[in-house]
Amino acid sequence: MTDTGMTPRETTRLDRRGFLGAAGLAGAGLAATATGLRAAPPAAPDPLITTVQDWARTLGDGVQARPYGSPSQYEKHVVRRDVEWLTASRESSVNFTPLHELDGIITPSGLCFERHHGGIAEIEPGKHRLMINGLVDKPMVFTVEDLKRFPGRQNHAYFLECAANSGMEWRGAQLNGCQFTHGMVHNVWYTGIPLKTLLDEAGVRTNAKWLLAEGADSSGMTRSIPLEKGLKDCLVVWSMNGEALRPEQGYPVRLVVPGWEGNMWVKWLRRIEVGDQPWHQREETSKYTDLLADGRSRRFTFVMDAKSVVTNPSPQAPLKHKGPNVLSGLAWSGRGRISRVDVSLDGGRNWRSARIDGPVLPMSLTRFYVDFDWNGQEMMIQSRAIDETGYVQPTKDELRKVRGVNSIYHNNGIQTWLVHANGETENVEIG
Amino acid sequence: MSRSAELLAGATLLAGLAWAGMGLAQQRPAAAPAAVPAAAQPAKTGLGREAHPAEVAAWSIAVRPDGQGLPPGRGSVKQGEDIFQTQCAACHGEFGEGAGRWPVLAGGRGSLKGENPEKTLGSFWPYLSTTFDYVRRAMPYGNAQSLSNDEVYALTAYIMFLNDLVPESFELTRENFTSIPMPNVGGFYDDDRETSERAFWNPNPCMSDCRPTPPRVTGRARVIDVTPEGRSGPRVE
Repeated sequence: MTDTGMTPRETTRLDRRGFLGAAGLAGAGLAATATGLRAAPPAAPDPLITTVQDWARTLGDGVQARPYGSPSQYEKHVVRRDVEWLTASRESSVNFTPLHELDGIITPSGLCFERHHGGIAEIEPGKHRLMINGLVDKPMVFTVEDLKRFPGRQNHAYFLECAANSGMEWRGAQLNGCQFTHGMVHNVWYTGIPLKTLLDEAGVRTNAKWLLAEGADSSGMTRSIPLEKGLKDCLVVWSMNGEALRPEQGYPVRLVVPGWEGNMWVKWLRRIEVGDQPWHQREETSKYTDLLADGRSRRFTFVMDAKSVVTNPSPQAPLKHKGPNVLSGLAWSGRGRISRVDVSLDGGRNWRSARIDGPVLPMSLTRFYVDFDWNGQEMMIQSRAIDETGYVQPTKDELRKVRGVNSIYHNNGIQTWLVHANGETENVEIG
Repeated sequence: MSRSAELLAGATLLAGLAWAGMGLAQQRPAAAPAAVPAAAQPAKTGLGREAHPAEVAAWSIAVRPDGQGLPPGRGSVKQGEDIFQTQCAACHGEFGEGAGRWPVLAGGRGSLKGENPEKTLGSFWPYLSTTFDYVRRAMPYGNAQSLSNDEVYALTAYIMFLNDLVPESFELTRENFTSIPMPNVGGFYDDDRETSERAFWNPNPCMSDCRPTPPRVTGRARVIDVTPEGRSGPRVE
């Protein structure tokens, strides 16, 4: 049963009917069904079937040939990619998750986008220390082993999105591929303890209002975090997807700040200072403030607004077949659960609700699908996320009207993919 | 062991754990108020150790706008210029004008409403403390925390000079640090999306005939053509 109380099969059928209705309004015979499109038997038999293949005859690798498994050699193209012209150096730069190659809601650890400010710190866990100091009864130092002995260990799936995700698109369509336009987001299972546990151990003083989280890397990454958030749901974690954090994700420990911009999730976490005011660090004055059209800036814009993207089809994953196809995408909100995702094929004229499948967790990526038949008709595909607070993902134009185009951060506007008659798909702006 | 005996053993174990204070009691709200200590004082686990004052001092490098965290020290524009030319100019340019894609440090005043806002200490950064803090913790790039406090004061003074905030004769000290206001200090306000963007909360978003005219393409990523990987057209079966 799904949240709607229908079986998956029923929701599939209903959504499919509705979706085809919308396509009909777009003015083309998209409703041509797969019936009659099925290929006839080939003139000659397929040798892949009629001859014994090597992999079916000879022995494969033994159990210890791959002591730590990797993806198939035929999936080598599924990698993080970067945009070289974005930054001056590789150590303070970003790469992107190949969203169009993934399914479900969990991002494989090795494909989680990276953003570093001083390169990947390689830290021997036995030499790592986490200090809690400032407005506390007793400044404390913890080892990684100490952290793992704390009671109250928790597991949560949360999305982590860079505030600058889609930031290159404020002035218009710029990059062809959801990997580049939306790939600064990932979603993994974290294991760790509430930050509150450590703060309690040190004894937070009554005049405390803010925390400063600091990394052990060569950028000494710092962000000010309201104490209230730190006590509510922040975690100090050592595990992602069931195994130790990857070095590029902050091994041995990082901070998790659910629903808030990724820059605050300090990696290689070495210190939490407790204070009564924010510190106004570089990352919260010169960066991660949102410059508006009047020349003033919003600061402490922590929450990531509801957002979605169709990952397939998309420019790196064009349509290759007429007939049955699956439209797939991701939706998320920093304010809680996704309650609905709407999809349009005609550039936002008509919408139908997509089928959500898999767990719908707060502040986690949520997977949606639309099963559809395609007859080669041009489509302008969009998706629109709605979260449990009633926030509706705005169009890019609605967003620009309020924020101008200099914000850099928090671009959650609705994305448009133009699918051509040959299946080629490109990133466009529409008006 | 019979099934009921197993269950009994399990229950005993659980009771034992709860008695040992390992968390189960907290999951039963208001079950036994007398057993729960005053809410204000959470129980300590005894894990970790108290920090040594020298350890706290070694890692407490964060500086706030009100001057909290500033170390004793001083440095002049002139001293800062010498350090800047050897340690910083390769990336930031001799006058903070930037090199390649490395950050520009000076200029940009009056650019914030324009096409290309330039965010420097003089044009954008609201607080001087941020410069001191960031230079001390992260610069020079690739050799972080190698500068003395006096050198950081001197570099901060030089960057202020490059932004026409102080004269060439200026010396920055812990004592005069908070007396120099930044031009854009009033240019920031706290997140107000929940009120200024209230319209984005909409219980009934339009579902059909939502545009008066069919949409048309107004811009294409392909025209700019900066996507890293080559584009190859698909073959539709």
